Amino acid sequence: MNKILIPKTVPNKIPKTIGIPKGMLYYDYHILWENFFQNLGFEVKVSSDTNKKMINEGIMAAVDEACLPVKVFYGHVLDLASQVDYLFIPRIVSMVKKEYMCPKILGLPDMLRVSLVNPPPVIETTVNLRIKNNQIEQAIKEICSILQVPDYEGLKSWQAALQKQEQHERYLQSGHLPEGFPRVKDGFKIAVLGHAYNLYDAYINMNLLKKLHVLGAQVCTKEMVIPEEIEKFAGKLPKKIFWTFGKQLLGSGLYYLDDPEIKGMIFLASFGCGPDSMVGDLLERYARRGNQKPFMFITIDEHSGEAGLVTRLEAFMDLIQRRVS
Amino acid sequence: MKVTFPHMGHLSIVGKGLFDQLGVEVVVPPPITKKTLKLGIEHAQEFSCLPLKIILGNFIEAAELGADTIVTSGGVGPCRFGYYAQVHREILQDLGYHYEIIVVEPPDTHFSELIQKISYLSNGKSLFQVARALRMGWAKARAIDVIEQKVQQVRPREVRTGTADDVFQWSLKKIDAENEIKKIWEIQRKTLHELDGVPKDMEKTVLKIAVIGEIYTILEPFVTFDIEKHLGRLGVEVSRSIYLSEWINDHLFMGLMRVRSTKEAAQMASPYLRHFVGGHGRETVGSAVRYAREGYHGAIQLAPLTCMPEIVAQTILPVVSAEEEMPVMTIYFDEQSGEAGLVTRLEAFIEMLYRKNDFGKRRVQSERLFRN
Repeated sequence: MNKILIPKTVPNKIPKTIGIPKGMLYYDYHILWENFFQNLGFEVKVSSDTNKKMINEGIMAAVDEACLPVKVFYGHVLDLASQVDYLFIPRIVSMVKKEYMCPKILGLPDMLRVSLVNPPPVIETTVNLRIKNNQIEQAIKEICSILQVPDYEGLKSWQAALQKQEQHERYLQSGHLPEGFPRVKDGFKIAVLGHAYNLYDAYINMNLLKKLHVLGAQVCTKEMVIPEEIEKFAGKLPKKIFWTFGKQLLGSGLYYLDDPEIKGMIFLASFGCGPDSMVGDLLERYARRGNQKPFMFITIDEHSGEAGLVTRLEAFMDLIQRRVS
Repeated sequence: MKVTFPHMGHLSIVGKGLFDQLGVEVVVPPPITKKTLKLGIEHAQEFSCLPLKIILGNFIEAAELGADTIVTSGGVGPCRFGYYAQVHREILQDLGYHYEIIVVEPPDTHFSELIQKISYLSNGKSLFQVARALRMGWAKARAIDVIEQKVQQVRPREVRTGTADDVFQWSLKKIDAENEIKKIWEIQRKTLHELDGVPKDMEKTVLKIAVIGEIYTILEPFVTFDIEKHLGRLGVEVSRSIYLSEWINDHLFMGLMRVRSTKEAAQMASPYLRHFVGGHGRETVGSAVRYAREGYHGAIQLAPLTCMPEIVAQTILPVVSAEEEMPVMTIYFDEQSGEAGLVTRLEAFIEMLYRKNDFGKRRVQSERLFRN
């Protein structure tokens, strides 16, 4: 692990720029976060798309055993740190009652604090809705006091941002991929399940969605399943899954296994991902038991090669083509 | 009903003592061997953590001895351990083993769930008998830990290597066979006395190293190639960040007993790690702080590869090490780990500590260390 010195820049007279690293939970909540800060009159700066340099810097900064998304997140933070007045790295402990994020997300602000020297002020507000739902207000107030804006404005801006976020979620649920990803309407329906930070970061998954698109697959993701269905299918398990994303992956996975239109399932996990080692394994077992659908488990890390992925995807699509015809 | 449970250090002695008192038939899984590990690797997901694999091996081996009910512990996240039982259930089902699995964990919906599970296990025994069984389990767990703590002190100083361990093994057998609480206390007293009498080299300078990290890895010697014995042989007095009885007290008895609690360790983790991260991640960081302030010469973090809470702790430990001025080393274990590599790393770490602490005086010691 290396300590990384952030070069000091001349701070603006009125600190106005908020940096949001484009990694981890960004893909799930960026509409909410960006709108929230913009409504308050701040300028939001998002780090650029993941690139080779970021990954290399992330690998140097993080411990070897951390998973790829965490290393990539380090890279994004380093990319932003010297250009912004505040870094937004909240500690998201839980977004849903009785559920958790993964331990690495819980520890992210602490992990970054020990490797960055001289970073700009970090907004590392804790969000923990595991027990009480109203904790979110407290978190907003905390952010407001850091940014020195009145609480009521913060809450108002939050409500407006929340609407945008819900609107975006509804858009995805109606069968769309996020902006920038092509999707055909005809073709084999393939469920591609994975954490948003793996699935929608085209660099670290080596353009998986585009490759599938070219091979004639119509990609279905966990974001396209409405929450009620996810709850219903995840509820079939004897014990509730306590990771929010784990629950979503398993719930939508079971939903898609049940859907006759879905011809195959791909599970995308980063190497060493704790929840996925269990959720992915369970899903694979369920898929195999009924001998219902072809299932492929793709693991990515910083050593993944593109050629290997292409071969596997082609073989998978060939298999589906044969089964269907 | 033939009950089995996972191995974790000397847990089997405690579990057997408890279920014997309840009149429940127990099948203790065969001791963990390479074969156990192999069974686990074969059937579990490749990057699931090592305890999951070994425990799976335990269950398969126990099933072959006729066990039909698993009693294990769980949790509500975010550490993977909380979902072990469910994954084990599915794997065992696919393999064709028919197990009833009872998970003793914080209840999800209502407290009656837990009571129901306990009364099912207690086989219709009265509350008094259940309490007696719990006391028996506690007495055994505590006795083993008290004795082992003494063994950890004697090991580096004993004149003939292995004397303390012989005494320890003998006492474990005695404790395992005993079913009267008073007798267990007596064994504890006797063993401690015997350990006092082991010939020791009191002139020897001994390093004090804390073993911190993930509970299963710390407690189960199979995983770590019995790291404590290696350390003892290399002239190190060892203390663990968590002992089985402390875990039992924290989790099952709600801290009623007067033993060291991991809660203090968790509090000491701040400001380095300001939030709970699941498992024993925060306790690992806090223990490092605590041991550094108690004057320990170094700490070794042990964890299974891909363990999420320990990765967070590992990231933070270098800063703790620098601020609290105590060297810390992290060692991960998985099915690829080898004993020779481990010993080399330990020797290097210890050599470094000797030099760091007092080069001139202890040089003789370190030379003797390597002649052995």
